[in-house]
Amino acid sequence: MINNLNILLPEIFLTLSIFSILMIGVFIKNSFNLIFNLSSAIIFLTVVIILNTSNNLEKIFLESFTRDAFSNFFKILILISSLFVLNSSKNYIVDKKLTKFEYPIIILISILGMFFMVSSNDIILFYLGLELQSLSLYILASIDRDNLKSSESGIKYFVLSALSSGLLLYGCSLLYGFTGSTNFDLIANELGKENTGAVFAMVFILVGLAFKVSAVPFHMWTPDVYEGAPTSITSYFAVVPKVAGLAVLIKFMLIPFSKILMEWQTIIIFISIASMILGAVAAIGQKNIKRLLAYSSIGHIGYALAGVATGVISGYESSIVYISIYVVMNLGAFSCLYLLKKDGEYKENISDLSGISKKHPILAISFLVILFSLAGIPPLGGFFAKFYVFTAVVEQQMYALAIIGLLTTVISAFYYLKIIKTIYFDDSVISFDNTKNKFAQLSIFISCSILLTFFLYPSVLSNVVDTLFLN
Amino acid sequence: MDFPILSTLIFLPLVSSLFIFISRGQKNNNSAIYISLFSSLATFILSLFVWYSMDYTSADFQFLEEQSWINDFIKFKLGIDGISILFIVLTTLITPICIISCINSVKDRVKEFLIAILILETFMIGVFCSLDLVVFYLFFEAGLIPMFLIIGVWGGPRRVYSAFKFFLFTLLGSVLMLVAIIAIYWITGTTDVTQIYEIKIPKEYQNLLWLAFFSSFAVKTPMWPVHTWLPDAHVEAPTAGSVILAAILLKMAGYGFLRFSLPMFPLASEFFTPLIFTLSIIAIIYTSLVALMQEDMKKLIAYSSVAHMGYVTLGIFTFTKQGIEGSIFQMISHGLISAALFLCVGVVYDRLHSRMISTYGGLVNYLPKYSFLFIVFALAGLGLPGTSGFLGEFLVLTGTFQKNYLVAMLATFGVVLGAAYMLWLTKRVIFGVTKNDQIKNLKDVNKSEMIMLGILAVLVIFFGFYPVPLMETLNVSVDNLINNYETAVQIESLN
Repeated sequence: MINNLNILLPEIFLTLSIFSILMIGVFIKNSFNLIFNLSSAIIFLTVVIILNTSNNLEKIFLESFTRDAFSNFFKILILISSLFVLNSSKNYIVDKKLTKFEYPIIILISILGMFFMVSSNDIILFYLGLELQSLSLYILASIDRDNLKSSESGIKYFVLSALSSGLLLYGCSLLYGFTGSTNFDLIANELGKENTGAVFAMVFILVGLAFKVSAVPFHMWTPDVYEGAPTSITSYFAVVPKVAGLAVLIKFMLIPFSKILMEWQTIIIFISIASMILGAVAAIGQKNIKRLLAYSSIGHIGYALAGVATGVISGYESSIVYISIYVVMNLGAFSCLYLLKKDGEYKENISDLSGISKKHPILAISFLVILFSLAGIPPLGGFFAKFYVFTAVVEQQMYALAIIGLLTTVISAFYYLKIIKTIYFDDSVISFDNTKNKFAQLSIFISCSILLTFFLYPSVLSNVVDTLFLN
Repeated sequence: MDFPILSTLIFLPLVSSLFIFISRGQKNNNSAIYISLFSSLATFILSLFVWYSMDYTSADFQFLEEQSWINDFIKFKLGIDGISILFIVLTTLITPICIISCINSVKDRVKEFLIAILILETFMIGVFCSLDLVVFYLFFEAGLIPMFLIIGVWGGPRRVYSAFKFFLFTLLGSVLMLVAIIAIYWITGTTDVTQIYEIKIPKEYQNLLWLAFFSSFAVKTPMWPVHTWLPDAHVEAPTAGSVILAAILLKMAGYGFLRFSLPMFPLASEFFTPLIFTLSIIAIIYTSLVALMQEDMKKLIAYSSVAHMGYVTLGIFTFTKQGIEGSIFQMISHGLISAALFLCVGVVYDRLHSRMISTYGGLVNYLPKYSFLFIVFALAGLGLPGTSGFLGEFLVLTGTFQKNYLVAMLATFGVVLGAAYMLWLTKRVIFGVTKNDQIKNLKDVNKSEMIMLGILAVLVIFFGFYPVPLMETLNVSVDNLINNYETAVQIESLN
């Protein structure tokens, strides 16, 4: 059987480009700028390639690799968010002297890993993609190797993540043992019958995935890694792997585990509620913005999982809408951090934001929009994200989940308000350098405009997401 | 109507706030003040035009606008009837007055303040225009953002505490309403209010849904025991913030009861009437007593607002024509009177920077015009016949007597208490001996203060003698509301 390699075109292009720019990096000295720009161009070209491919369902390599609307949507989301993360953090990377040419290349490799994750239709391919991604992320976390905190966060992430990968792999092998197949579709058929062993496997796989999206109780690494890693990496961590992780989670629920809904639903509901509560409560005492955003992202993953917990297509769609708006909000929030520069040093504490509304009114109002949106206050984009999720949850008559979820939004509103209070109500202490970081400003502008105008056409995003599950 | 007049009304202030945002001239805020004053007056005139051109003889919703919005199932639907137009006109009237008031009282970051006020106006008009639950929720909640900033940025010393309390109390009440709205969508298949009126929500769901809506409206009204955010918010908010809060934001809840709780859940409304009566009576008597003890003028007026809103909820849940018309009238009149009283406090606060009653005394000797206006509003606040304050309370009490003598008697007792705290306040502030030497050097009301207080005084007295324009507008819509309620209850009793 001859496979149509066109289907694999984005991945092939990405791989070959990675190899070529790696060679350029090796042979040309001080090539960070060149490699950086090339990487951005590669990401952009890959988006173009994906946009030109068809969205029809195709499965190749013994049905282990799928290309459909679902995988294409997530690939584009991953690429665009990486593009913004990479470019808005460029000044930061230069200032922090992280200008190693490997930096953008490793990011590209992790993107490649995620591509295989979201496209996989086979446990083995899924695991390989996941590991390719994880290994790149370990390096990225500790890329500032002279910094104790960064190295510490890398080690921490590596140890815990390796453990979770181990559990995941154990789950995968159990699943193979009990169903006799590694293919998602075949596993799904097999699980239609009574199969207690496979439920064990499902639990292990869920644990592994919950770790990757940093859902409670497997979230312990998140605050430390977020705080320790350089901000440019943290913003990558906060956005891109979460998207891929959620995509894979949805895919597992959608295909292999679709027939054991009862079994996994309870677990996801628990994880979702725990994440929402912890994300809301633990963030209150934080003083470091990055740590606070870590807890806030745990809470947001809880809301996205609430959509998954419904176990129906409309619920999955609401999760995807949620994660997309989450990406927009977080890109904006982290881009704001790149502008908090004082005498060449980047400030990370909430107290440093004190009274910036007087000297930096535009930055302050961007923070305001993004934080109120994170808190889910209408008419900003974050409200619609929550609205879609809770509409799906209430449709399945999971009232308890909806009420707990909405009550935690009130608690989490408290710490977002605390930051706004620092920005607007407190006296001005620091005035930041007038940084010329065009791309960060651009991404703040884009993020705020999307959040502010989302209420005019809220169905644009959900109409796109509706088409993902047609096949 | 092809021209989307309600959308224009809603988004006009928002668009003009954008103009202020991009307007130059940091040192001199005149351009910002002129733009905002001009646009808010334009909004006011437009709303008067809508009032003039609507048909009061029909209970149907008018000036309907419909846009497909969230996917296919939720429409952005706007429309008004005789009840909502009054609140819209109240909103558009109070906003320019607030903008005039901030010429004297806001010194810092004027531009941002005006932007916040105009954005808030957009959301407030939106609340009263929306005919879809989700649209209503959107505007209802969105108002929190500008109000939070108004209290927090331009407020007094305890502004942070008050702003947080205001925001979190209201948000906590509202999220339950959001669950209820989504639940209504899955029960009836729509969030369009007019369609829900037709469909009639099954009885078994009504009580829970009513409670969820109640949790939001009770906080916003505010009803005892969740009223504690209001005195704090009022005391710390700048004058214009207090005015908007008392005159309009509190009315959203009363309007919500009329527009949503009563027609959508008639059986539950009947079932929970004793609860509302009890809470209203506690609000009227207890908070009046609390108001007597206050030493801070703003706090006193804030507690009197809680008591006055007690009459409103009492009137709505009598389900009689007098009661409901009375409570709507009371809301409008309280909107004018409490706004005026807060402005009066603002006038002296701008001069002496104290809200304590003990600071003042004997103002009548030095500020005669001010004292005259203050007395007019204080008398209106206690419900003196000939002012609009009287008619609302009188109608509510008439309605209540038809339903329950005991409740009506207790509520009437509240009128006496209202007179007590208002007259005592007047006595201590306006009359008496001047102990404070600074008062002797105070200037009487200036031109802009005279304009805003004068307009309100004229309206308060005008509606006191001639309430016909308001009543005529309300009449048919209220009849329709009561008819629908009675039919629903009768059908239930037949089953």
